Amino acid sequence: MTDTATNPILSVSQLRKLYGETVAVDGVSFALGTHEILGLLGPNGAGKTTTINMILGVLEPTSGTIVIDGCDLAKRRRQALERTNFAAVYAPLPGNLTVAQNLRVFGLLYGVKRLNERIEAILDEYDLVRFRDTKCGVLSSGEQTRVALAKAMLNQPRLLLLDEPTASLDPATAREIRATIREFSANNDVGVLWTSHNMIEVSEVCHRVLFLSRGRILLEGDPRSLPAEHEHETLEDLFVTVAREPLTIRRTEEE
Amino acid sequence: MKAVFLRRTSALLLRQFYLLRVSPARIVPLFAWVAIDIVLWGFITRYLNSVAASRFNFVPAMLGAVLLWDFMARVMQGITTAFLEDVWSRNFLNLFASPMSVTEYLGGLVLSSISTSLVGLVVMVVLATVVFGLSFFVYGAMLAAFLLVLFLFGISLGIFGSALVLRFGPAAEWFIWPIPAFISPLACVFYPLATLPHWMQWLARLIPASYVFEGMRGVLAHHAMAAAPLALGSVLAALYLLLMARAFTGVYRHAVRTGLIARYSAETVS
Repeated sequence: MTDTATNPILSVSQLRKLYGETVAVDGVSFALGTHEILGLLGPNGAGKTTTINMILGVLEPTSGTIVIDGCDLAKRRRQALERTNFAAVYAPLPGNLTVAQNLRVFGLLYGVKRLNERIEAILDEYDLVRFRDTKCGVLSSGEQTRVALAKAMLNQPRLLLLDEPTASLDPATAREIRATIREFSANNDVGVLWTSHNMIEVSEVCHRVLFLSRGRILLEGDPRSLPAEHEHETLEDLFVTVAREPLTIRRTEEE
Repeated sequence: MKAVFLRRTSALLLRQFYLLRVSPARIVPLFAWVAIDIVLWGFITRYLNSVAASRFNFVPAMLGAVLLWDFMARVMQGITTAFLEDVWSRNFLNLFASPMSVTEYLGGLVLSSISTSLVGLVVMVVLATVVFGLSFFVYGAMLAAFLLVLFLFGISLGIFGSALVLRFGPAAEWFIWPIPAFISPLACVFYPLATLPHWMQWLARLIPASYVFEGMRGVLAHHAMAAAPLALGSVLAALYLLLMARAFTGVYRHAVRTGLIARYSAETVS
């Protein structure tokens, strides 16, 4: 069971980001509960990565608030980010350090207790033991993704942000990773924000999805029932409509 | 709080150690260029001692000056090289999305610089004393003060160079390397400040290193120096350090506001 209303891990309120006169994110509000995996969907340029960057503290919102596990990111950045971690295809770990070296450096940055034990456990969990002393730069993209996920899990975050975490993985590894994340979410008091362009994966993994278009949340709901509610057969069909004709969806909502 | 600061800064030092221990391309520059400088200037001073009519000893005046100047440049490069490692490996997003603060990041760069510049200093001292007979006793206790001022100023320059690259993108790396050469005429490394035209003397008085080299020549000429000018140099160096740390923080905040941290390789988000 997810717990969004009473005990949110992440609470985003009226988030807005302007680049000059261009509106990248326009009044986005949502909450993420414990044990919940929330899918952030939308076409390229919809504002997903901008939203994630603001939650990670590497992009300052023009207005709005972000509260992570009770800590206002703008006022208590360190405490908020100690409870957070992320993996993204566009943020690989330094390729000139080995897997174990990267995990040690980031473990120190995140203040991981009993770091040696934690590194061993995470290497084992992500099937990285044999790559322990291999430089990240020579790993395959799939292996690098596993390392990025291992780093994301290192501090056992309460909020985990995953930007297309399975984009470079073969189907078998992607399935394993999905199972691992689901298990992580079910067995811990954590929330996961997940972006993906793979709608089958989203239906399988996410408890709830938000459709972003032009910086606004257009739709929200259960990925298994949402397509039917909007007279579409599949989530992918709904995605295509959102990407091509967002105004149609808005009219549908208003009706 | 101190433990957290130490842990995060030591993470950056550890990263630098991991990179250094397996990379000749990173280890050799720590001592090679300064060693060549000491050898070159060692022979020049030897030659000058043999042809000069006076009994003036050029070794402590010129070789010592080269050693101190190279130490300052190594401190600066220690900061900028550690910073550039994050530029080259596109690591800003991972680093600045962690709980590490900007102050802790700068602290990590300073720790890295201390470790790498010490290597260069030891090599220079060994070469200058063993091969060319430079005795550091001639500078007396003032040597510690000289090193402190140059260390603080080198750190300031390194942070300034890093702020330039953070603000203008990876290509601005080329602004960094000429910084010591650019300020060396005003630092009065080899000649007294009085040699400069009047207007340049005023500029030189804004450079903390000029007080060190004036002081060094004073010690060699009179076996003593006025403490006040060096104290002023120390205050200036500390002031620049604070200003540059603030400048770096300001550039970082600008990068977070504009989104440049997340899209650093683009150099600009406009």
